[in-house]
Amino acid sequence: MTISSDDLETLLERASDGISFDGLRIAETDGDYSLETPDNEWHGLDEAALRETLETCEEYVTNWRYWQETVGGEGTARRAFLRWCEHAPLPDADEHTTEGLAVPTRYDALRNGIDRQWGQLSITVRFVDVDDPDGERVYDLWHVDDADSDLVDLEVYDDPRDARDIATYDEDGRYRPLKTAPTLVSGWAFTGLSGAELVETIGFLYPATIANWHRELRGNLDIDHWTETAERQTGIYDVIDELPREAVDWMAEACCVDSQCLRRREWEYDEDDDLDVDGGDGPFPCREPCSLVVAAARKWAILESEEEHTYELELTTSELNQLEELIDAVAEGRTDEIREADVYDGANRYRARYLRAKRVGEGGLEATQVDE
Amino acid sequence: MQALVIAAHGSHLNPDASDPTYAHADTIRETGAFDEVREAFWKEEPHFREVVRTLEADEVFVVPLFISEGYFTEQVIPRELRLDDWDPEKWDSDGTSASQATLEADDVGKTIHYCGPVGTHDAMTDVIVQRAETAMEDPDVGEGVGLSVVGHGTERNENSAKAIEYHSERIRDRDRFDEVEALFMDEEPEVDDVTDYFESDDIVVVPLFIADGYHTQEDIPEDMGLTEDYRLGWDVPAEVDGHRIWYTGAVGTEALMADVVLERATDAGADIGDARETVRDLAGSVADADHEPSAGTGAGD
Repeated sequence: MTISSDDLETLLERASDGISFDGLRIAETDGDYSLETPDNEWHGLDEAALRETLETCEEYVTNWRYWQETVGGEGTARRAFLRWCEHAPLPDADEHTTEGLAVPTRYDALRNGIDRQWGQLSITVRFVDVDDPDGERVYDLWHVDDADSDLVDLEVYDDPRDARDIATYDEDGRYRPLKTAPTLVSGWAFTGLSGAELVETIGFLYPATIANWHRELRGNLDIDHWTETAERQTGIYDVIDELPREAVDWMAEACCVDSQCLRRREWEYDEDDDLDVDGGDGPFPCREPCSLVVAAARKWAILESEEEHTYELELTTSELNQLEELIDAVAEGRTDEIREADVYDGANRYRARYLRAKRVGEGGLEATQVDE
Repeated sequence: MQALVIAAHGSHLNPDASDPTYAHADTIRETGAFDEVREAFWKEEPHFREVVRTLEADEVFVVPLFISEGYFTEQVIPRELRLDDWDPEKWDSDGTSASQATLEADDVGKTIHYCGPVGTHDAMTDVIVQRAETAMEDPDVGEGVGLSVVGHGTERNENSAKAIEYHSERIRDRDRFDEVEALFMDEEPEVDDVTDYFESDDIVVVPLFIADGYHTQEDIPEDMGLTEDYRLGWDVPAEVDGHRIWYTGAVGTEALMADVVLERATDAGADIGDARETVRDLAGSVADADHEPSAGTGAGD
């Protein structure tokens, strides 16, 4: 490992103001330098002696340079996220101050690459030059399902903007309006990204997740609960604050669960009024109802304004059970999985067509309203 | 540090709706004029609501990629960005003259320069003319040609038509085209009767829409009689009632739109160096290289 002369010069320039970072401490008084690492301390060094001594703690020096000069951005979500990637201490999270790995431990791990998971993403941070690391890190990114794949089997990218196309369609070619739906396609990799490029790429795949994670880490995630969000709406969405309380529960159960979204719902009906449904275990905090939920809420607000009636219709017990199976198959998105000849499944297409032929006439389902 | 946010509608149903937003943002990224450039949407992510927090810059220029001043630019975007002190009066606009308002987003500690929409900026007139040039593959197009600027139009918002009429008037004043007419989908005069409004044999039709979708790729071509069924596509030019109609879809996809975005930000005080020249060069080359005269891939919204 080597320290470049530029690194040393930069460090010396900063030293007179004092340096304290990731275990490296340098202070200067009237030309006398003191230097500390967690393992050693030196005092009364002149500049030449300081230079010489710094050569013996090069990991701390190159680490300082990477974070303070290359990454920068003190207090930003970008910096915190990149530090999280390599298990570095996160100084802006009070409760995490003592966590995180020390520099030598991280440096050992960075030679092999450190893996982290972010939703359906797998991130590896490693040294650019493994044999002779100068502290410069690069980041690789791919789908967790491809963790064991060879790069040659994947489509390899290096421009963050390519992530937009990856995020647009699911594996069946359908549009993904919800970026945090657990349907990100696999088969691709970004390699050798800089820290800024990694954050940008994730910004396209999972917009705002890093910013919200950072806010949550610092304990200042700003949550807008259902009533605040609903009451703020205007235009065609003005009606959503009329959605009954219990319907908001049904809506959360329908939309805001782990099977549908990687976000963990932090918003409730109101600040002091939790929804009955659990918010899920998703990795990303969800701080207010998203635009998909708002759009769907409008439909449900209109539907819930209808009166209920009692209907009479003829069904066998099996047919009644079959209705449940049909609803369940659509709700779980498993209609494509039902085999052509599996007539034992109530949601089988031929079973559904038979039911329609028998019970749905030209005027629709043969049901009679009996409460008029 | 300064950041640019391009605020657009987006769609839950149509993946192409955001294409122009990304394209213009990418063009501006290439210029390096802003430390950060971010797309934000009403119907996609990052949502208007979340976008400002993804920025590191303290100085943020928000340019709505919308055609008209109205509901979205005056109510929805400022509200969702949490610009608490916003009031449409701050634009002091007659419906086409909004420039910018400087506001503090207290929750994130940033200064937001909230700009008028691209559609009503004077530079948009040039984009419409450039669209006519690319549609007809003729940089000197004008003589012997009628130009129709087509807008949605709606009884609900008078500003919707104002933007269309404003640019039509400006192009008319240039005396470049033989005839210039503003036509609409949902109000008189209607685009269905386009040939009634022109004597010129050649009519170039430029829809003042941001993205291609249901209206520009289905409604308008069928309404004008370019095709029986949008799925079959149409010719450019297409023969209708003895006229040749040159139609290629939404003006918002024109590369020069990035220049209008930059103009909006500059008017609001952004320091962009020579980025506009770069964008104009890029837009020119794109217009030359990527021109595809046929259209008709219906997208729906």
